[in-house]
Amino acid sequence: MVKQPRGLTILNYVTLGLMVLATAMVFLYAPEEAVMGQVQRVFYFHVSSAWVGMLGFIVAAVTSVIFLRTGDHKWDLVSLGAIEIGMIFSFITIVSGSIWARPIWNAWWTWDPRLTTATIMELIYAAYLMLRQGVDDPERKARFGSVYAIIGVISVPLTFFSIRFLRTIHPVVFGGADPNATGNFDMTPKMLQTFMFSLLTFSVLFADLLWHRIRLGKLADRVETLKLKISQ
Amino acid sequence: MLALDVPPDTFSYMLAGYIVIFGVMAIYLISLVIRHRNLNQDLETLEELEDKEKKV
Repeated sequence: MVKQPRGLTILNYVTLGLMVLATAMVFLYAPEEAVMGQVQRVFYFHVSSAWVGMLGFIVAAVTSVIFLRTGDHKWDLVSLGAIEIGMIFSFITIVSGSIWARPIWNAWWTWDPRLTTATIMELIYAAYLMLRQGVDDPERKARFGSVYAIIGVISVPLTFFSIRFLRTIHPVVFGGADPNATGNFDMTPKMLQTFMFSLLTFSVLFADLLWHRIRLGKLADRVETLKLKISQ
Repeated sequence: MLALDVPPDTFSYMLAGYIVIFGVMAIYLISLVIRHRNLNQDLETLEELEDKEKKV
């Protein structure tokens, strides 16, 4: 049994505390939005999840570059973990966004540029996991995965800027004034504080989950190495 | 203007949204715990096997 590092235990508690606080702020501190009603509260964790999703894919691309330059396998583990977490949070973003859209757009789904690019981004990273499953040799698996993660990260700015450059009904939180957007709202100071705190909380949550996922990857490597050793 | 005075009742959608958000996060956390536990069991078994082989 591998013991959990003290730093990770502390980070677990900090993350839990922040999550409780952020949830309390969303439901008790932030005011109800006048036009959309209670469903607007989905916004705080919806955008924070999108942030973690994109952060995961960016971290994966950066660590993939480091892996290709150094050949150190630990960076491949970080990359794999970051993509796995990125996919989970992108999935949360897509589903929670669809639920938010239903009463506001009167549709669960529309092929809007943002929704389309976000779905493509999710599928690109699903293909990353399939690619890794399809290669047996660990070295080739890591190299192929790294190259794919570097190319795949192009989908992140495409998704982020799709609502800023293209005609869309998706609201833009900052710097957007598209008259076609449905669901835009002006943030009050309390809303902004809750939003910023949620972003901070989800960033810490990402770090915590990534640490756990890297440890899991290292453990899987140890098991594989021991299996090979015994079978020889 | 009366419609804007009282916000629409969208509580059930908010509830559904947060059930999805916390539900998916919980499933992922559980998957991490289960995978970790299984790998630890595998490791213990393999270490026992290795010890037996060394004795033989």
